[in-house]
Amino acid sequence: MKLSSIRRGSRVQIHQLPVGESRSQFIRIGLMEGAIIECLERLPGGTLVIGQSRQEFALSANLADSITVMPV
Amino acid sequence: MNSNVGHQPHKHLGANKLTADPVLPKIVLVGNPNVGKSVVFNFLSGVYVDVSNFPGTTVEISKASYLHYELYDTPGIYGISSFNDEERVARDIILGGDIIINIVDAVHLERDLFLTQQLIDMGKRVGLVVNMMDEAEKQGIGIDLKKLEERLGVPVIGTVAVKKRGLDAIHELIVQAREGKQKASLHKELHNMLSQVGSQSEALMVLESDLAVAERHGIEPSPESRREELYIDRRNRVNAILTEVVTDLSTKKRLSTRVGRLAVSPIFGIPFLLVTLYVMYLFVGVFVAGDVVDYTENTIGKNIVEFYMKSFVAQNAATDLTITRLDDEGEEIGSQEYAFPEGTNADKTLWTVAQQYRSEGPSEYSFQFRNPILVVFFGEFGAITMTFTYLLFLLLPLVVGFYMSLSILEDSGYLPRLATLVDRLLRNIGLNGRAVIPIILGFGCVTMATITTRLLNTQREKTIATTILQLAIPCSAQLGVIAALLATAGFVPTLVYAGIIFTFLVTVGSILNNRLPGEASPLLLDLPPMRLPRLNNVVTKTAYKTYFFMREAAPWFFIGALAVSILQVTGSLIFIQDALEPIVVWWLKLPKEASTAFVMGLVRRDFGAAGLYMMELTPGQIIAALTTITLFVPCIASLMVMFKERGVKEGVIIWSGSFILALLIGGIVAQIVV
Repeated sequence: MKLSSIRRGSRVQIHQLPVGESRSQFIRIGLMEGAIIECLERLPGGTLVIGQSRQEFALSANLADSITVMPV
Repeated sequence: MNSNVGHQPHKHLGANKLTADPVLPKIVLVGNPNVGKSVVFNFLSGVYVDVSNFPGTTVEISKASYLHYELYDTPGIYGISSFNDEERVARDIILGGDIIINIVDAVHLERDLFLTQQLIDMGKRVGLVVNMMDEAEKQGIGIDLKKLEERLGVPVIGTVAVKKRGLDAIHELIVQAREGKQKASLHKELHNMLSQVGSQSEALMVLESDLAVAERHGIEPSPESRREELYIDRRNRVNAILTEVVTDLSTKKRLSTRVGRLAVSPIFGIPFLLVTLYVMYLFVGVFVAGDVVDYTENTIGKNIVEFYMKSFVAQNAATDLTITRLDDEGEEIGSQEYAFPEGTNADKTLWTVAQQYRSEGPSEYSFQFRNPILVVFFGEFGAITMTFTYLLFLLLPLVVGFYMSLSILEDSGYLPRLATLVDRLLRNIGLNGRAVIPIILGFGCVTMATITTRLLNTQREKTIATTILQLAIPCSAQLGVIAALLATAGFVPTLVYAGIIFTFLVTVGSILNNRLPGEASPLLLDLPPMRLPRLNNVVTKTAYKTYFFMREAAPWFFIGALAVSILQVTGSLIFIQDALEPIVVWWLKLPKEASTAFVMGLVRRDFGAAGLYMMELTPGQIIAALTTITLFVPCIASLMVMFKERGVKEGVIIWSGSFILALLIGGIVAQIVV
């Protein structure tokens, strides 16, 4: 399923990152395929706040739409 | 140093290339955004800092000398590659550096060590500063610096830079900086490339698919998949180090984390955002723009500094002096004219009389120099006198106020959350959350905001943001007069006016978003924990940003004032006013004097609005006039800065678009409501 469709509070594993430049940027900050992340907040319009260990990131809806995740 | 694992550090031919030059060895400070790099830079650099744009970019680079080294600061980056201008600039400075001092945030080692490891993989001599150790301690994060040093193979120190704690050790760190531990296979691969590229660091860039570096050596960069492979491997190495070095002792969620979460939750986040903006408005909009500027501009600027400048010139130059006495309400109660055909020194008695009359109470004055050159520099819109007052006594307090608010938001960690909250909204007009910064600044000074559009990711976003700023965002100088006029018109006209401007802004943004190829770049923001802003940080950031802005914008304000003064002396100003008159009367349904107000808006946008304040207007006319003047062309200084940032062609398109649209929309409004 897509990262954009997960609910607030759920924990998922990153299955597939988008191709292209943003992929390298994700990997750089530690959001790699296989990483476990938690959806901390969903804003109206789909902007997501996700957490990975102590780090928190905001990502826009279209970016979340390009990432597929698996339930853990 | 433990060197029995992996690669044995040694000198490289490539790495020595720069030290062989007669120039001083280069120390480069590198780090993620907001890790305290500039505090370290200031600590090392002392007073003499040379700030300049990196060639071909708008990225600013600070350079200073330290002992027998050249010291460079670089923009905050998450890694070395070419994802944006900052990274490209940092990459080139790092490639040319001899010693890299990498500053990381103790609370954010997960994020920051990727860059550290990348610097080590480049084969550079690295020294690591783990900053904000106190913050980590507060959050219950334990960091074993000894172990970190051992695992990375480079010297490590812990500091609290803002409190100057541990900073003395940096001198030793620079001496001790060395090549760290690298993966043997990667190191070998890089060395095999040395015949094609200059150095191990450049080899790594080519291997990580950096087009520009590959092109410099006339070779093909590795495919992107290779870069990803290397990134994943590096990330894994960093994660392995982290598990050994960092112990998280915190058992419960910290307050800062909770506040940070609340700030982006839909229920609390949006009211919190509104309250924040309101407090900022009270501070900058009411206190600074109102009380402070009123005092600095009129009392200090006009009545003391500018008066003495002009009277100094008048000592030996033919001039007339008009002094208008005012009552406490600012109404005129009397006026005297004094003629000094040979300058004031030639008629000291009359000068004393004039001074006496002026000192009896509140007053205004005006020197009418007879020599047109003096008028250009010291007259009503004198390029020297007006620039001086405007920059130091009107703009400076405002810019300080805005940058201080922004620094507080930034240092507290709220700024990225603000960007998160508005991301979806701004996406409608082709921008992403980041654009909230120039838009907020625009309500202070459009010139300052136009310069800030640099932080946006793409040219497309810079174009859209600049257009919106120049067309539809009224700056604070203008807002003051607009608010006063709207107060006389009433509540409903105020709503109508705000509605028109907002609709216009959204429409222009949407049209640009649809017409320009591409789409808003995606937002991927790191949200640091929230904390109470540190006074020291806020003061330093405010001072730096203000200084850079003043340095950058001051010449343009001077040139703007000079241009208008020349227009005035040559009679062109009158000509433009006459040309605009029919449009103003027939199309905008305003008194003919309003054309003067529009032309004055070219000099300073508030002059334009202030001109309208003097006229008797109906509420309908006020709406039409304010709509036109808000959308009307920006002041000359921001036009100049726009030319510089966006190029002359795009600048001219935006400027003429603003001219035409202001008259068009203002006219349509006038036809409906007047």
